[in-house]
Amino acid sequence: MQKISAWLLVAGLLTATAAGARAGDLIFLSTQLRPIEEAQKMRNLILKDFPHKVDYVTEQPAQLPVRIKAEQQGGTHTIDVVGALHGEFQPLVPLDALVPLDDLAATIKGRGIPDPLMSLGKFGTVHQLYIPWMQASYIMVANREALPYLPAGADVNALTYDQLAAWAGAVQGKTGKRLLGFPVGPQGLMHRFFEGFLYPSYTGGVVVPFRSEVAETMWTQFSALWKSVNPNSTSYNFMQEPLLSGDVWIAFDHIARVLDALRQKPDQFVAFPAPAGPKGRGYMPVLAGLAVVKDAPDTNGAMALIDYLAQPETQIATARSVGFFPVVKADLPLDLDPGIKLGAGAIEKTQSAKDALTALLPIGLGQRGGEFDKVFIDTFQLIVLRGQKPRAVLDREAETLRRLMTETGAPCWLPDPPSTGACQVQ
Amino acid sequence: MNARFIPYLLIAPSLGFLTVLFFVPLVQTIALAFQADGIWSAANFARMAGDLDFTDAVVNTFEIVIIVVPLQLLLALAMAMMLQHVRGGRDIVLWIWSIPLGISDLAAGLVWLAILTDKGYLNTILLHLGVLSGPRSWLSYETPVTLLSAIVVAELWRATAIVLVILVAGVQLIPKEYGEAADVFGATPWQRFTRVTLPLLKPSIQTALILRTVLAFEMFAIVLSIGGRNFPVLVSEAFNWQYNQQDFGVAAAYAVIVMGVSLAATLIYLWALRTPAAQR
Repeated sequence: MQKISAWLLVAGLLTATAAGARAGDLIFLSTQLRPIEEAQKMRNLILKDFPHKVDYVTEQPAQLPVRIKAEQQGGTHTIDVVGALHGEFQPLVPLDALVPLDDLAATIKGRGIPDPLMSLGKFGTVHQLYIPWMQASYIMVANREALPYLPAGADVNALTYDQLAAWAGAVQGKTGKRLLGFPVGPQGLMHRFFEGFLYPSYTGGVVVPFRSEVAETMWTQFSALWKSVNPNSTSYNFMQEPLLSGDVWIAFDHIARVLDALRQKPDQFVAFPAPAGPKGRGYMPVLAGLAVVKDAPDTNGAMALIDYLAQPETQIATARSVGFFPVVKADLPLDLDPGIKLGAGAIEKTQSAKDALTALLPIGLGQRGGEFDKVFIDTFQLIVLRGQKPRAVLDREAETLRRLMTETGAPCWLPDPPSTGACQVQ
Repeated sequence: MNARFIPYLLIAPSLGFLTVLFFVPLVQTIALAFQADGIWSAANFARMAGDLDFTDAVVNTFEIVIIVVPLQLLLALAMAMMLQHVRGGRDIVLWIWSIPLGISDLAAGLVWLAILTDKGYLNTILLHLGVLSGPRSWLSYETPVTLLSAIVVAELWRATAIVLVILVAGVQLIPKEYGEAADVFGATPWQRFTRVTLPLLKPSIQTALILRTVLAFEMFAIVLSIGGRNFPVLVSEAFNWQYNQQDFGVAAAYAVIVMGVSLAATLIYLWALRTPAAQR
């Protein structure tokens, strides 16, 4: 008798858990806001007022297409909504894994999402494949103690790369320490600095002018600048830590990776746009979007969730808690965290700079984005860290880049000029 | 049932387990390494050898193995000998010495990182003692010697215990009579060690060396946490190609290299430290 009741209990528990997981929870899979703290804010603050229960699950960007493909092939669909960066949706488009969201796009038309952002979500098709969700970018942050060393006549909000070099050099001269820092650690985002900032600013492109003479000059100058860079940069993944500890006074990073420093000591730091080069102020906006997976368990619920996340109030709550900024028209409240305000200000100044030059994240490389990034990091390692001659390195790496572009057939993206067929190094 | 089959039946589950979870992936990895775009080729290996970190990874890996393994053997031998003469609290000493065994590689790496970073414990102590006037970098790409030393020290701390445990077990198996006989013939302690203990310990030393060398070639987490991008080794490169570059072929090529090197090391030990048939 006892045995039977034990079995009944087990059976009951099993049914209960199965029912618990099935009770219409929406599954929201996201490659963004993965760190546990951000994910918790997503669950406890941002998704709190949505009427349905949402299971917020995170996934490594590289695993997203693998997982979607596996669900397609296996025929078991669990994911409703996917949140990812523009470039991370790209590999899902050829898989035909996303539901067209044209009706939803029409419904939320009045919320003021800028047209260029909306059209990015179409990937050149006639259908809206994702709805813009939130945006961010890369900024520079400096300790106020570094400001007195700014070269004469330099405006921190409109720096050039020459002025940055002079500034870091002056700081080094006066303090004896190398206090400029870049996120070159294994998990750092340094490749984005080359792809979205340095190359566009100097050459006006990324792939096409990769081995140009201007690029050669650029690398020579960047090597000279590196003499004022903290050698521990090769282990920095997030610049907020060295900024807070004082190991670095001037830093470049993704806004989400310096936000802790800005929030903890808003009076200690200033945030400003990345420098400009001869061709303008290259910068890389980061756009995350929301999409619905084909054959999702609850397509209507998924649409409702996207609608909810694209409401001005939710967008402000998102900016407040995780440091991504609204894509819809939403006035940031006056009582907003001063650190977030600093970051938002720097992004706003970057976007509205007269010489701003937009550089998109690589598009069309599919799962081989890592190889593209490696070309830039390898070039950097060889020229800057190992002191090899830029010409030879650029010629060698250009071959790798050429092969990658040919094999993926990816056409040029901004700021490179449009291409017919694969984007090619000149 | 025929009693002859029972032993085979009993080992069948473990054999099946190994086949499914070890042998099959092994064959798959080798196949992956030697294929590019579905055709048999050495393209992955060419790609691996052409990469800027490959030479560094090979040199670094061998450097570590060549420095760490002999040091560990010497240290563990000395510790095992000392332990023989400890009367009271022998178990406690052995227990304390083997604490690092219970700590994960990654945790050990992070412990050493906390000691050796710019604002770590080492610099703090040196600053207080007045040896340094400001924080010093030990682990940057500009200080390859201290970086290598740090990894060697961390590896010694973490993995000497496994050698020690094997040697202690081996020492305990040596019958006391041999040592007593040597004493009777007037052997010095050094002669006793080199002529009696060491030869009888050879099988244990062989086991310890094989285990340690193979593990040293596979060293990963401790190097990754202390050296990061500045100190590539074979396994960390395999990890990089697998997860960051998403190029499974090159990652598999690295895995095959690591396996080949480990196998070669094992064969060399088996041959060099073989016990002649007459002594068995």
